[in-house]
Amino acid sequence: MQLKVGDTHEAVVIEKVARTHIVKYAGASGDFNPLHHDDTVAQNLAGYPSVFAHGMLSMGLTGRMLTDWLGATALRKFGVRFTKQVWPGDTLTTKGEVTAVRDEGGKQVATIRVVTVNQEGESVVEGEAEAVL
Amino acid sequence: MPDPYEFPVDRSAVMLFARALLDVRPEFSDPDDPATKAVGGIVTPPTFVQSSAHWQPDYPLDLTRPRKGPPPAHRGDGGGGGLGRGLHAEQHYEYHHPIHAGDTLTVTTRPGNSWEKQGKRGGKLLFAETITEYTNQDGVLCVTARSVGVQTERAVDQ
Repeated sequence: MQLKVGDTHEAVVIEKVARTHIVKYAGASGDFNPLHHDDTVAQNLAGYPSVFAHGMLSMGLTGRMLTDWLGATALRKFGVRFTKQVWPGDTLTTKGEVTAVRDEGGKQVATIRVVTVNQEGESVVEGEAEAVL
Repeated sequence: MPDPYEFPVDRSAVMLFARALLDVRPEFSDPDDPATKAVGGIVTPPTFVQSSAHWQPDYPLDLTRPRKGPPPAHRGDGGGGGLGRGLHAEQHYEYHHPIHAGDTLTVTTRPGNSWEKQGKRGGKLLFAETITEYTNQDGVLCVTARSVGVQTERAVDQ
């Protein structure tokens, strides 16, 4: 695979987040924080309007876009900041852009800026990845 | 500092994790697919190591886990969010070597930096890093994870 600075890729990574999606991620990851599956706790204990998705679900979906684009074992680094909560009903789109490409021992290493946005265009995670191509 | 613990990586756990991310790549579930064979067997999605929580003895975000003793108190550090006021602010991974189904990883955790910031809406913000290393059965470091947790004085709509 060849990439150059300015190349972009975009994919809808989840449509209309359901509580079932969140619960499935809780089971797979082991993160059973009730803020992510118990509306009573989310509303009464923490003052949120409802449960919300694990940040790591958003990051995992963002990572899926990267491995779909670049390959299952291409990533060398992947880091994000969580910028907004993801609520049931949200639809997320991940956008990646190549910001640098360098040669490392004959291998092409790309730096990719990545952002995942909700249906309002607000970013929910922002970060950067490095991939060997 | 918590003791290291073992994290056996089994194929079902990888499949379930990939499924939770709506990921149908064969490398994460089908050992017979040519794409999987090309990478030396089933590998794991980029954020899969989060599921080591299932094996972490003092993991705080599973209050219904059956335990012999009392449940651990939430430490309020960067362990990936928290009950009540804790949120997961950042997560970073460095991938050094692929993790394969069948590996047994040793998980070592240590605190990183911590700092304070004045938030716009949530009052004072307390940030703390946790560094976690995942080393396989051959002693090869596979993944370094850096998690940043934040504790707020009141609930925030980020």
